[in-house]
Amino acid sequence: MINVKLRGVQLFLPLSVLAILILINLIKGADYFSISIINGALYGNIPNILFGASELVILSIGMTLVTSSSGGQDISVGVAAAISSSVFVRILLGAGGITWLTIFVAFLASCVVGILIGAFNGTLVAIFSVQPMVATLILYTAGRSIAFLVDGRLSPVLANDLTSQIGSVIPGIPIQMPIVLTVVFVILFAVLLRTTNLKLYSQAVGINQKAARLNGINPVRIKILTYMILGVCTAVAGFIAVTKAGRHDSVNLLKYVEMDAILAVAIGGNALGGGKFSIAGSIIGAYTIEVLNRTLLRLEVDTETIKAFKAVFIIILMVIASPVVREYVAKSVKLMRARLDGAVQTQLADGTDAARVSEAAIPTEKEV
Amino acid sequence: MQCICKSFPGVRALHDVSFTLRRGEVHALMGENGAGKSTLIKVMTGVYEKDAGRILVEGEAIHFRSPQDAQDFGVGTVYQEITLCPNLTVAENMFIGRGRYAFVNWKRMKEKTARLLDSLGIPARPTQALSSCSLAVQQMIAIARAIDMDCKILILDEPTSSLDEDEVQKLFSLMRELKSRSVGIVFVTHFLDQVYEISDRITVLRNGEFIGDYDASSLPQFELVSKMMGRALDDISQLKKHEPSERDCSEPVFEAAGLSSAAGVRPFDFTIRKGEVNGFIGLLGSGRSECVRAIYAADKVIGGDVRMNGNKVKIGEPIHAMKHGIGYLPEDRKGDGIIADLSVRDNIILAVQVLNGFLKPFARKQAEAFAEEYIQRLNIKTASTSTPIKSLSGGNQQKVILARWLLTHPEYLILDEPTRGIDVGTKVEIQKLVLKLALNGVSVTFISSEVEEMLRTCSRLIVMRDRAIVGELAGENITEGDVMHAIAGGGEQL
Repeated sequence: MINVKLRGVQLFLPLSVLAILILINLIKGADYFSISIINGALYGNIPNILFGASELVILSIGMTLVTSSSGGQDISVGVAAAISSSVFVRILLGAGGITWLTIFVAFLASCVVGILIGAFNGTLVAIFSVQPMVATLILYTAGRSIAFLVDGRLSPVLANDLTSQIGSVIPGIPIQMPIVLTVVFVILFAVLLRTTNLKLYSQAVGINQKAARLNGINPVRIKILTYMILGVCTAVAGFIAVTKAGRHDSVNLLKYVEMDAILAVAIGGNALGGGKFSIAGSIIGAYTIEVLNRTLLRLEVDTETIKAFKAVFIIILMVIASPVVREYVAKSVKLMRARLDGAVQTQLADGTDAARVSEAAIPTEKEV
Repeated sequence: MQCICKSFPGVRALHDVSFTLRRGEVHALMGENGAGKSTLIKVMTGVYEKDAGRILVEGEAIHFRSPQDAQDFGVGTVYQEITLCPNLTVAENMFIGRGRYAFVNWKRMKEKTARLLDSLGIPARPTQALSSCSLAVQQMIAIARAIDMDCKILILDEPTSSLDEDEVQKLFSLMRELKSRSVGIVFVTHFLDQVYEISDRITVLRNGEFIGDYDASSLPQFELVSKMMGRALDDISQLKKHEPSERDCSEPVFEAAGLSSAAGVRPFDFTIRKGEVNGFIGLLGSGRSECVRAIYAADKVIGGDVRMNGNKVKIGEPIHAMKHGIGYLPEDRKGDGIIADLSVRDNIILAVQVLNGFLKPFARKQAEAFAEEYIQRLNIKTASTSTPIKSLSGGNQQKVILARWLLTHPEYLILDEPTRGIDVGTKVEIQKLVLKLALNGVSVTFISSEVEEMLRTCSRLIVMRDRAIVGELAGENITEGDVMHAIAGGGEQL
């Protein structure tokens, strides 16, 4: 019961924000939910949001896990995605022919690269106790140059039907492929959490590393493992991004996505200091960010100023969600209730001691 | 009169405590953990406000509202952890936070510092970085800083715990120097020898209560120990009726030879038999916790052989100990025991879940059943299995940790201070549980600061002093007097 309640509270904020944003969109135009079929696939605002947020959703899942176990964030996810996808493109273009098999092999290779990057970051964080943000700053700084070198100082183009179908629509499937891939990924991740103790272990390590160790958990291994899983997430996100774009632009691919991924984790009600986490919250957070971006576009906010509007919105959101405000709200609700009780008592009393009665009611309420 | 006097009726932390410090004396404040030493000091220095009672300085009643207030009044404090800035110079540290002006006269500052260091005989230069001084010198500089602020009362909270023998001597000569300048010094430590070396008088606290105020010369060491631990020697309880039957013939479950750990306990031998309850006894800091931590490999093991049921095994990490059927309830419940934000359920199943394996999580239903079972068995008071453990009371948190280990069905269970800070009813429940476990063939090592509790539960006591095992007490006839003598080590060995 309480668990359900707590989760409800945690998800209340992102869900209500999402609802408000959708309401704004509906006011702007009632056709917001309309979906049309073009070339045998669904298009419209909602599919566009799901399509646009694919990479962010996948990255925010990995980010949530890393935040939980290490109490810090990986700011190199966008760069890691650029590197792993550059390897994907390089292998695919060098393979001779582009078939489903070569795409699959190249994708697996890019996943291996992602895992290696994760292992590198994880080792710095877990073994050398470097602050996660500092540890990942290394790759953040150097990563796009590495991707540029892998690309052979070019911006290679994936001019073929297969990858462009993966990035958009495969004939016969009415939903855009990135959406399908995201759903598959989320399901696989849910299975992972269900069939292993990953959640319990990483939460335990994130909350109390010493106690986790005394209960037989190896904190170093768990932290590195979470970074490696995030590595897989970056490879998948990079794969989707590069197939969407049709070419590998090492400078601009998933630029600034790391900040949005961290934001998604925060909007989802997860503590950035680590410990307990909710993947569902982060996923909703990621979609919220995408909806926000598209809402601002739809409201015809100037593209140059869109970032400023976004920032204002996020400030408001974060202040509302902050423990300070939450505590204040909880207190005033309590006080209001006490006042109401007091008022009732006042009516019962003579009225001369009205003020005192209502005052006295407040501490009693607190004790309860 | 140069006396501070205060009493706090009604508070559990300190109940009617009086403390008198004379000018030019070293006054030791003694008591076990949780006796109220730090609370008393915090009231003295204005960190806490007293609920009742009076503080008198030189006969005049005063009221400290903040630490700054107390400092202005001449109460200086030097804590165990050095609270200066290591990367600043000695002179800067001396004057930091004291200037009334935005500008600093560097030259004058250096001169003043040099003069002060010289007069107190502290071997440091004003321009030297603080971190380049030894810990003892840093400690002395902190003291000098307090002296320079014209303090009449100096409080030293465990100043010697990180110093070696030589450094302690240097500190003591500084303390004697200050004594001769008629500064009153409050000295908190748990090293008995040091108390007798430097102190003129001793005040003993226990469970927040004032036990007494004695001249150091007229209070023998073992009497001091018995006063700190409670129960006068003639008040030996007859509660030892639960004595388990002789089990000397049964085979040893766990044996260690020459075991030592990085936490600095001297290599020791240790054996426990099937169904035996034994215990490590000694003052705080004597190394009793370090011994069991070495057994469980909670600290890095650096030497020694370990046998489980006669077979040589390697225990290098807690997980190895767990796999060999050892459970460990740590002394520091908050820091080492509970996973605060996780639910009671997750906290209960944690150890058995880890033993079960990463790839084999229990189904929700199974976990729920485990939790329900032990909540009922140990009578844990919690709103539900999903309540975060941090919202439970200390005693119930402890029971959750106990449940965690009972669920693993250990062969050998180590309980380090399982009853500290919990109410009497729960204490008795835990003691009973230990004896019941022993009857079922589980071996238990039990550590408690309360001698009476140890006597009631353990059939064999291993006595520790100064991080080494110094003796063993066994049999029906152990009395608290024996224990006190053994702990205090009045010269003769057992």
